[in-house]
Amino acid sequence: MMARAWADAVLGLALAPLLGGIIVRIKARVAGRKGAPLWQPYVELVKLMQKGVVYSTTSTWMLRMAPAGIVAGVGVAVLMMPFGGVRGVISFEGDVVVFVLVLGVARVLTVLSALDTGSSFEGMGASREMMLGVMSEPALLIALAVVARQTERCTLAEICAVAQGGAWAAQWPVLALVCAVMGVMMIIETARVPVDDPATHLELTMIHEVMVLDHSGPDLALMQYAHALKMWVWGVLCVNMIMPKWSAWWMQTLAGVGGVVALTCVIGLVESSMARWRMNKLPQLAAGAGAVALLALIIEMWRR
Amino acid sequence: MQVIDAIMVGMVLTCLLLLGSSRLGAYIRIVAVQGIVAAVVPLVAHGHGIGLQAAVVSAVTLVMKGIVFPRLLFRALYAAGVRREIEVYVSFPVSVLAGVLMLAGSCWLCGRLPLGAEVSGLAVPVAMFTVLTGLFLIVSRVLALTQVVGYLTLENGIYLLSVVLVPQQLFVIEMGILLDAFAAVFVMGIAIFHISREFDHIDTQAMDELADWRASKETE
Amino acid sequence: MTRLLVVLPFVGALMALLPRQAGLRRAVLVAVAALHAAGTLICFIVRPEIRAGAWLGLDEAGLLVLGISSALFLAVSIYTVVYLQRQEMPGLHLHEHNEPERVFCGCLLAFLGTMTLVTASRHLGLLWVAMEATTLVSAPLIYFHRTQRSLEATWKYVLICSVGIALALLGTVFLAAGIPAHASPADLTMERLVGSGGMVQVEWLKISFICFAVGYGTKVGLAPLHTWLPDAHSEAPSLVSALLSGALLNCAALGVMRAHQVCVAHGLAAFSQDILMVLGIGSVIVAAIFIIGQSDYKRMLAYSSVEHMGIVMLGVGLGGGAVSGALLHAVNHSVTKAALFMAAGTILETCRSKQVQDVRGLRRRLPWTAGIWLAGFFAITGTPPFGAFISEFTIAARALASGRWLISVLYLGGLAAIVAGMARIVIEMTGGVPGQGMAHGRVREPLALVVPPLVLLGVTLVLGVYVPAGLWEFLQRAAAALGGGQ
Repeated sequence: MMARAWADAVLGLALAPLLGGIIVRIKARVAGRKGAPLWQPYVELVKLMQKGVVYSTTSTWMLRMAPAGIVAGVGVAVLMMPFGGVRGVISFEGDVVVFVLVLGVARVLTVLSALDTGSSFEGMGASREMMLGVMSEPALLIALAVVARQTERCTLAEICAVAQGGAWAAQWPVLALVCAVMGVMMIIETARVPVDDPATHLELTMIHEVMVLDHSGPDLALMQYAHALKMWVWGVLCVNMIMPKWSAWWMQTLAGVGGVVALTCVIGLVESSMARWRMNKLPQLAAGAGAVALLALIIEMWRR
Repeated sequence: MQVIDAIMVGMVLTCLLLLGSSRLGAYIRIVAVQGIVAAVVPLVAHGHGIGLQAAVVSAVTLVMKGIVFPRLLFRALYAAGVRREIEVYVSFPVSVLAGVLMLAGSCWLCGRLPLGAEVSGLAVPVAMFTVLTGLFLIVSRVLALTQVVGYLTLENGIYLLSVVLVPQQLFVIEMGILLDAFAAVFVMGIAIFHISREFDHIDTQAMDELADWRASKETE
Repeated sequence: MTRLLVVLPFVGALMALLPRQAGLRRAVLVAVAALHAAGTLICFIVRPEIRAGAWLGLDEAGLLVLGISSALFLAVSIYTVVYLQRQEMPGLHLHEHNEPERVFCGCLLAFLGTMTLVTASRHLGLLWVAMEATTLVSAPLIYFHRTQRSLEATWKYVLICSVGIALALLGTVFLAAGIPAHASPADLTMERLVGSGGMVQVEWLKISFICFAVGYGTKVGLAPLHTWLPDAHSEAPSLVSALLSGALLNCAALGVMRAHQVCVAHGLAAFSQDILMVLGIGSVIVAAIFIIGQSDYKRMLAYSSVEHMGIVMLGVGLGGGAVSGALLHAVNHSVTKAALFMAAGTILETCRSKQVQDVRGLRRRLPWTAGIWLAGFFAITGTPPFGAFISEFTIAARALASGRWLISVLYLGGLAAIVAGMARIVIEMTGGVPGQGMAHGRVREPLALVVPPLVLLGVTLVLGVYVPAGLWEFLQRAAAALGGGQ
């Protein structure tokens, strides 16, 4: 069991940058171009690791420490995430809260390092990131609480096994709401269109990329890797909500990977077909998702 | 029962959309969808054979709420020639939050009422929530047309409540609701047309000539 | 007979839409009004019996309200004939363009029909339908003079009253929900609801009554749901205001009283009485606040309606002898308010302004109307020997006797404040000399504009001096069902 868990975690750590490549490829194909090869993100990471680092004179130890801290945080989330029907490497009673906390720590470190650079662009990005985070983190917690109430356990492993116990047949309206909320959350957290356009080069329109403007070399590689890991974590979380039970262990792993890849393709397609929304609509989106999560919670509590 | 639950969740989502939406055309369409959904509920709910009465009532309601009312409202909208954005006294995120609070409130209220083996455990709170949403829309929106939409939402909620709580299908109540909604929308549509002609807008915020506070200030 | 009374005005409405000559149309109006009043009188003398389970029937309370409405309509119809004649004369009227007269007359008669239906309904669902119909049919009446202000008033009226009626429908649904499924098919007639004694589950009845009190209470004009009333009653033509204040408010109060009747029969009298008392005393206080310093005399009359409906509800809420006092007060208020509104209409036509500051020296310009205005003021504020004194006194006596000190203080204080507020306005208007820019000289007052208000004031004067034993007995029988003792 532990061996499988470790193997799944290593799989996640290895496959995460591929998701970014898949999205870029899909966008290029839809636009009629050929697009970069799927393993391009790996090449970029390697390239960045070999470069030197430049630090601004106004920055302190925070800027030097943050990238490692962020990767550590999201890495712990990967280790906690159940995959393929197996519980994560780190798993205990009530680990749901720690999961959300760890992702929150990663966000806080991102914001702090952005503020540490002393540049106004990063500060603007930090404030936007917090504005969305204020609404999306409670929504995540509430959505997980709804599922926890259904499965009546507080461990991430049980929560992510919700689809295996026949809960969908019995309670699909509420679970459908939760999945919708999580889908929207994923787009917000991983900074895809329509929340944030990763391909933009105008700083005033950025949320995520603007916070890493002053990172360079290995630091930038770590930030990009952390971003990829976050996408993997969220993808696995969403897929786990709907993943039924398979018979053989290799089928489960394959189905898990396939699910995450399929979800990434969907995101890529959505990204190719929409434009980014106006900035004042984003809090409404996040608040709307939070409200739907609250609604699902009220409905769930009313039933019992 | 699953279908009813899904329908109720759908109703909750339509109410939430009404609270958070900012375009007039969307308002009218959402309330039409809500009316159609409410009309379908009696057919699905009482699974023990669909009586002729129930079928007739559902069909008439479907036509009225799905086709006739939106037509009337869109005609009033185009005739009035207003802008399509909605102005509010209460901002959209606060409206959505108020909606969640209202759902919690109606669940609390239903906990205090002796509900028997109803069609679905969710139905009564959701219907009350729809009524409260309608009232909230009437109070918190500025344009006269949105107040009519709020009134229609209120009627949808009452209709849903009567379908769920009174399964003997009191014919008078159902037809009465329908007739009432039709007549009211008709009269309001005419009124809106006159309002737009007299005032050049349908902004109730500006229709405040007859206020006692202002009157007393003027004479001072 | 009851059915005939309900159908007759609708037939008259259709007939009024047909003729092209105005004179024929007005004749139809007065004729139908007279026939209706005669029919109502016959109903008073020969009480038609109420069949069990029937949807239409006139019990004491319904007959009382019907009688008021019918008599008022007759008086107003005579006034209307001359009013419409004067509207046609060029230069004599204030407004640019009016509604087509046939729509106006048709809606007036339909209004009478729907009000009759409200009073005669024994089935709560039918009662609701009739109430909604009164709202929709009276909206064109308010919009007779096509101005911006009257349109705004009509919009508020239609919207707020429709919302109130929708809430009353919610109450009806809750009431039906409270009848257990194993009882015989849910029958919302008063016989079933009141007679079986305890058929409706208590929680449902409570929430249903709250919905009824708020819903029908909006149409009665109880604070804080009264915001449509000053606008609608002041912007409508005065004869329509007379009908709205004098007849429609009573019909809506009848709706609230029916709900109260059901509560009393189920032992929830204390619950519903508390709610009615709070709404009633609240209305009195709100009306007092807005009458002091009021600058528009028709709005003053409208707030006075709010006050008096509050007194009626307070009386019903106090129980005991106050209930028959409340019913008597409904009669006195309707009659006096109609007379006042008709006088206000004449004043408006002559002085061309609704503002108090523009009207001076009425006793020289319009002596008869000024007399009616002044006498009406004394009558409406409860000065003996007019009838309102008796009814208000009964209610105050009951409040003091049952030890409700706060209510008594607020009630008497509110009445005093209203007297002060209205006195200033009425005396300023009646006395004095017309100032600069105002016309002088006596204006001719047609008989039809003066006689109906005088007759109505005479009625309330008679009632103040001597209430016939038969009438008192009738009121007590009506009150008995509403929780009134002795």
